[in-house]
Amino acid sequence: MRLRLVKQGTNFDFFKRWKVWLGISMFMMVLALVSFGLQGLNYGIDFRGGTTVRTQSAEPVDIGLYRDALTPLGLGDVSITEVFDPTFEADQNVAMIRIQAQEGQEAVTPETIREVQAALTAVVPDMTFPSVESVGPKVSGELIQTAAIAVLLAIGAVLIYIWLRFEWQFALGAVAALVHDVILTIGIFSELQIKFDLAIIAALLTIVGYSLNDTVVVFDRVRENLRKYKKKPLNEVLNISINETLSRTFMTSVTTLLALIALFVLGGDVIRGFVFAMIWGVIVGTYSSIFVASAILLYLGVKRDWSKPDANAGNQYANIDA
Amino acid sequence: MLQIATWKRVLIWSLCALGLILALPNGFYTRVEQHNDAVQAIALGEDTADMRTKVAQWPDWMPSSLVNLGLDLRGGAHLLAGVKVADVYVSRMEASWPEIRDALRPERGTIGTIRLQPSDPDNPAELRIRISEQAGMPRALEVVRGIAQPVQTLTGALETDIVARAEGDVIIVELSEAEKLASDERTVQQSLEIVRRRIDEVGTREPTIQRQGADRILIQVPGIGSAAELKEIIGTTAQLTFNPVVSRTSDANEAPGVGNNLVPSLDEPGLFYVIENAPVVTGEDLVDAQPSFDQNGRPAVNFRFNTTGARRFGDYTANNIGQPFAIVLDDEVVSAPVIQSHIPGGSGIITGQFSVEESTNLAILLRAGALPAELEFLEERTIGPELGQDSIDAGRIATMVAFAAVLVFMGLSYGLFGLFANVALIINISLIFGLLSLIGATLTLPGIAGIVLTVGMAVDANVLIFERIREELKSAKGPARAIELGYEKALSAILDANITTFITAVILFAMGSGPVRGFAITLGLGILTSVFTAIFVTRLMVVIWFERRKPRTIEV
Repeated sequence: MRLRLVKQGTNFDFFKRWKVWLGISMFMMVLALVSFGLQGLNYGIDFRGGTTVRTQSAEPVDIGLYRDALTPLGLGDVSITEVFDPTFEADQNVAMIRIQAQEGQEAVTPETIREVQAALTAVVPDMTFPSVESVGPKVSGELIQTAAIAVLLAIGAVLIYIWLRFEWQFALGAVAALVHDVILTIGIFSELQIKFDLAIIAALLTIVGYSLNDTVVVFDRVRENLRKYKKKPLNEVLNISINETLSRTFMTSVTTLLALIALFVLGGDVIRGFVFAMIWGVIVGTYSSIFVASAILLYLGVKRDWSKPDANAGNQYANIDA
Repeated sequence: MLQIATWKRVLIWSLCALGLILALPNGFYTRVEQHNDAVQAIALGEDTADMRTKVAQWPDWMPSSLVNLGLDLRGGAHLLAGVKVADVYVSRMEASWPEIRDALRPERGTIGTIRLQPSDPDNPAELRIRISEQAGMPRALEVVRGIAQPVQTLTGALETDIVARAEGDVIIVELSEAEKLASDERTVQQSLEIVRRRIDEVGTREPTIQRQGADRILIQVPGIGSAAELKEIIGTTAQLTFNPVVSRTSDANEAPGVGNNLVPSLDEPGLFYVIENAPVVTGEDLVDAQPSFDQNGRPAVNFRFNTTGARRFGDYTANNIGQPFAIVLDDEVVSAPVIQSHIPGGSGIITGQFSVEESTNLAILLRAGALPAELEFLEERTIGPELGQDSIDAGRIATMVAFAAVLVFMGLSYGLFGLFANVALIINISLIFGLLSLIGATLTLPGIAGIVLTVGMAVDANVLIFERIREELKSAKGPARAIELGYEKALSAILDANITTFITAVILFAMGSGPVRGFAITLGLGILTSVFTAIFVTRLMVVIWFERRKPRTIEV
């Protein structure tokens, strides 16, 4: 007996309430943007400069104690958070200390770091510092700019590729889904105040890639079915296509999620934020390829005459053969 | 029908085998690493029995390239330094003053007296020279321009290294734009070289020292304790000059006079020296520096000049007996001895209140050469080796669990075909590692995440095909035809989907840095290998199985 996530020959009507789904997506996006506007992102030092010191000791983390030790140094805004992780040993108590970028300095001087370490070891003698990272405001400004450009470039490149391979309506649908995914991801990072650093940008771009993967598979089937069912109304063609690819959509999402969840639980705290972004992205991306990308396609309409010469066997790579 | 030419089969299997062989060394990481280190040590002449046994740990005929571990996995220090290229303009112009003065002197009949003016604080890289006879200005400009040297420019346009213009009775001399560009290039190259020499002098393994952008240097040293340690080695400019002393003072605000500078003493707080800006000799003329001890047994540094330096130093000491001169290191006077006699040999000793360690460090820095300009540290990261090891362990466990979960899930969902996909997945992972080792890419923590994501997504192509075969089977065309159609029709979706993801990986690679780039590499390679395994390897397995069994019906 085979494991079937989706039973064969489903016939859900995904577009009965497509306006409602689009409306919900719009609402979520607005919510995400409002959250972003109101509290902003919890930028890591990659994007706003400053220093983070990771501390580790056998004694339990006492944030008040650490703070009292650091206050006399006059370093400005210092935030201290305890880090929990199932992979830690019992005597492994970890905290992250973030110190704001110091006025008029590109990177925190070794003296400052030494002072911080001395002040902390004075109160917790067995403390070690597994990592110290410091980014100057000049670099962090550039990093955020490059990151934004990277995301925009990726979306732009995808727009062009899909436009060339399909039609402009498909391209717009796919890009709308991408923008939706990116905004919702930024929204959840701002709402939960998870640290937003350079790695999250990589995650965002992967989400773009993944969501697209999903959308393109659906669109590919839509294109094929448009040729097959020349007379059916568009919403029926879309429905057939999504139902036909539904099993695959779920299989891929589940395998990817299985892998990501393993990484989320066992991969250590250093990349947890990164993996969280991807898990969220897979879920949102799967949703958006059906309820945003295809709905937009339905809204925009699409040309119905697909009797181009390359319609043969439904692909342009028919000459690629093993 | 399902036919694959023999040569294609051979090619596909050989590629898989090649990938496996290339990936194999990574399975024995420590052993192969020791082997590689030992081979290198023996090549450098350190041929001991211990090294021999280490070499024997891994057969020579096997490939021995390993995936490099990024700093976040191995631990070490990362520094991004900006070279303050504009520093050089000022010292260049200061150093050119004697030459300009000497050129103008014979013209005093037409231009009158020449006087160096204080430079504009907003633009310190300008020499301002006042002449008393404004009528002589055209002649003065002509003379100054006569000193200028031609510069090679990209456009081939003729430009000189310095430009002079008149502003009333003041001649303003500065570097031309073309020369500034050329100077920036030289400064960064030189800084890069000197940073490399200094790190090599200390002798750590496999440092990465790269130029980044126009004026930045990226330094990554695995295994070093902290970025602060690294900064001490490369952060000091170690600009050594020997300048004539004008006077000594305890007034920190004393006006040094034009062309002079007020610098503090290194050892004696509150003591300042007024020195001439243009040095007699600089550290560039040093050929050697060694830590030693002075006649009182205190740590000192012995140095020796090259011939030009020795001649200039000799001439100067001969002409200025009884005068003090200052040994200036990074704008601090280390010592200011009085010249007792003519020093012809071109060697000398720097004394000061050094510790043994300081004198050793200073000798290293002087030997490696001075940085042409100050370095400004823009970014620094230290990752402890334990944290790196923790990340590797966590990454390894997570990858295994992810892998196992996907294997089981695929087996349950697609039965025999799922097994084919699983074999392909294992081949896929080895291919990724093989390729990573082959191109000497660096594996970072996000890179591991990229591999895990590939594990999840690599099955996507197979899923697409299998689902398609299922559909084709429903239209009852017979198993062979269904398999064939399944592959054929799934192909465009697979390619489109993977090309778009590949585009984002390429953009990530181009725009990203460090760990993000590591992620882009594994993601990009993962896409290539998973497309290969899905459309060639699983297909070949399915075809071979089909030929052997010739089943009437199949279940996917």
